[in-house]
Amino acid sequence: MNGLRKDLTTAAVALAFFTLLLGAAYPLAITGVARALFPGAANGSKVEVGGRVVGSELIGQDFGGDPRYFQGRPSATEYSADVTYFNNLGPNSRELSELFAEELKAYLTRERHYDKGLTAAEIPVDAVTTSASGVDPHVSEANARVQAHRVAAVRGLPLDRVLELVAAHTEGRFLVFGEAGVNVLTLNIALDREEGK
Amino acid sequence: MSQGWLQFGVFIVALTALVPLLGTYLAKVFASERVFLSPVAGPVERLGYRLLRVRPGEGQDWREYARSVLAFSLLSWLLLYLILRTQSIQPFNPEGFGSGPWNLSFNTASSFVTNTNWQYYGGETTLSHFAQMTGLAVQNFVSAAVGTAVLAAAIRGFAARSASSLGNFWSDLTRITLYVLLPIAFVAALVLVSQGVVQTLSGSELVHTLSGAEQTLSFGPVASQEAIKLLGTNGGGFFNVNSAFPFENPNSATNIFELFLMLAIPASLPYAFGRIVGNRRQGWAIYAAMMAMFVASVAVVYVAEQHGSPAQHAAGLVTHAFDGSSGGNMEGKEVRNGIVQSSLWTAVTTVTSAGAVNAAFDSLTGIGGLVPLANLSTGEVIFGGVGSGLYGMLMLVLLTVFIAGLMVGRTPEFLGKKIEAREVKLVLVAVLATPLLVLIGTAWAVAGDDGTQSIYNPGPQGFSESLYAYMSQANNNGSAFAGYTGFLQPNAPGNAGAEAFDFPNLLGGVVMLLGRFMPMIAVLAVAGSLAGKQVAPLGAGTFRADSPTFVVLLLGVVMIVAALTFFPAFLLGPVVQGLTGQLF
Repeated sequence: MNGLRKDLTTAAVALAFFTLLLGAAYPLAITGVARALFPGAANGSKVEVGGRVVGSELIGQDFGGDPRYFQGRPSATEYSADVTYFNNLGPNSRELSELFAEELKAYLTRERHYDKGLTAAEIPVDAVTTSASGVDPHVSEANARVQAHRVAAVRGLPLDRVLELVAAHTEGRFLVFGEAGVNVLTLNIALDREEGK
Repeated sequence: MSQGWLQFGVFIVALTALVPLLGTYLAKVFASERVFLSPVAGPVERLGYRLLRVRPGEGQDWREYARSVLAFSLLSWLLLYLILRTQSIQPFNPEGFGSGPWNLSFNTASSFVTNTNWQYYGGETTLSHFAQMTGLAVQNFVSAAVGTAVLAAAIRGFAARSASSLGNFWSDLTRITLYVLLPIAFVAALVLVSQGVVQTLSGSELVHTLSGAEQTLSFGPVASQEAIKLLGTNGGGFFNVNSAFPFENPNSATNIFELFLMLAIPASLPYAFGRIVGNRRQGWAIYAAMMAMFVASVAVVYVAEQHGSPAQHAAGLVTHAFDGSSGGNMEGKEVRNGIVQSSLWTAVTTVTSAGAVNAAFDSLTGIGGLVPLANLSTGEVIFGGVGSGLYGMLMLVLLTVFIAGLMVGRTPEFLGKKIEAREVKLVLVAVLATPLLVLIGTAWAVAGDDGTQSIYNPGPQGFSESLYAYMSQANNNGSAFAGYTGFLQPNAPGNAGAEAFDFPNLLGGVVMLLGRFMPMIAVLAVAGSLAGKQVAPLGAGTFRADSPTFVVLLLGVVMIVAALTFFPAFLLGPVVQGLTGQLF
């Protein structure tokens, strides 16, 4: 019993020591150093338009189907950045399959008006599936290339110019890792700027 | 698909190159040798010993060591429970969250003390910055250090010659924290911030988006927690969607970096083991067995996810890759990760006991979802948790040696030590405790009405969710088929009106505690028993455990134990879905 009491005392001191070191000193030191070295990134990589913060370049936004803008992927959370969850429907879910069919139809209806030959076989999977985070900031390059027809037509910009902007806002792989993605928010900001010239 | 195989190949080669470096370092830390960080960490270490009033050189036998482990874990549990239950009166709570209900807090405290990090709650809608930093992040460090300390003690048992001491727990705990976890986490956290992982004490911020909608950006001390969450194979996300959320894992560079963090220590420990017992081939043999199973996991989940799901095909989606599109089952996955990095992550997070996710497991294909379940069902010994993975694997090594001994009719030996009845009995406790918890927990959860309220998906997926929940908690992993619900959150200010279910929180909490400490104590008992044995010289008839033949035998034992235990359960859930195109 004596040994156990000694162990409990030691454990209590150890826990106090580690809580101060790992629960206070460590995160506060990281916060301080991060603020000094990477203030923009540490505070959420915010983007401003005309001096006003419009969001974070890392967090996707809902563009509400506005035809002047590139649209992000379907989201289970309506692009909530403070209440996050997965769609969580299983691979053999009828409900999920019906959701896919609806998204596919909506996407085709929206884009075919500007890209007459568009078929279901050319729709990339990311355009009809919900992302994991609900705020995926990217769409695939194929997805952006389809939407470029609409955005160019509605804004009266040359298609080539819009495709150039898409390429400029495509974030590539890191070395060999990951996949390329087109950042929808920064691309749309660039489009607004282009039209305002 | 060649791009995918290239990504896996480069990752595995780079990891294997890291192993001797970190493995050597870990071995030196276990042996209390001087290392390059000694000038910095040494003074803090000595201060710790003075406060704790321990003499680091004072050895403990296995019972004393186990008692110290349990005393420390018990007080850790009580402190964490207290922090969760009194959250509303603590500082650093910009969103004004209330305190946790008792049943959810029981589950969460059990979860973080056991290195599991199963989460029924969503972090950003439930927990204050204070609770995340002083409660969860502290346990992320020390629960990992406890697992590694027990491994260090077990290795000493294998290496000792007629001794009784397994080392000193307080010294192991302190050294592993100060020389390994804290310095790596410190550097890793800053690397993550530089790439966009947030690190601030401020609360959320409402912005008006480009198209005029409202969006609330949620912040916190994320990077400091993200680093140790992965390095310590904890896995509990600051945000509910874990490493899928861009503020935890913003780009392809952070994704691969986080994968390295998860595997770095578990993959290096077999090398450290080989170095300490004086047989490096033995370390590599264990590494080879682990790597073989890991490679198989990655390959299967990748092929399955690239193929797409029945729900996609029934809706008329084209799931093959073409120029500019990854194709495959992108439901619940992020574009920047694609099929390749989501598949790699799925395998890494379930061979290690991390359980962090960068994609939604509930939406994996049938066979893609079978892989994480199968990985967990080995008892988390394919690299596994920091420390716990290798000590679990060492138990299976002893079992293999025993079975091999039966086959050739010789007394089984490992590293020159005879494996006798007492050790084999204890090994069986260590190996069979968790499967028993999984099967009993799942059966209870699906048989009565108590567990069914947690199920989200209809049909076989609902069974998979239940099986996965108890598989993950018993094996201290923490990943989930996240439809499985233990806490309903209506998203009101301050999390008002949220309700936790008794059954899944309590059963899960008990399963995590037993799944952690039953094998751990059995391992220490085996180590104590081995420490007292003499080492016999190698003879001509000795069955060598560092040979390719042994690696194959070991793989056979690991897979047969898992398959015999879980095959019927696998058939009822993921296999059914993998074999049919039918919708439910």
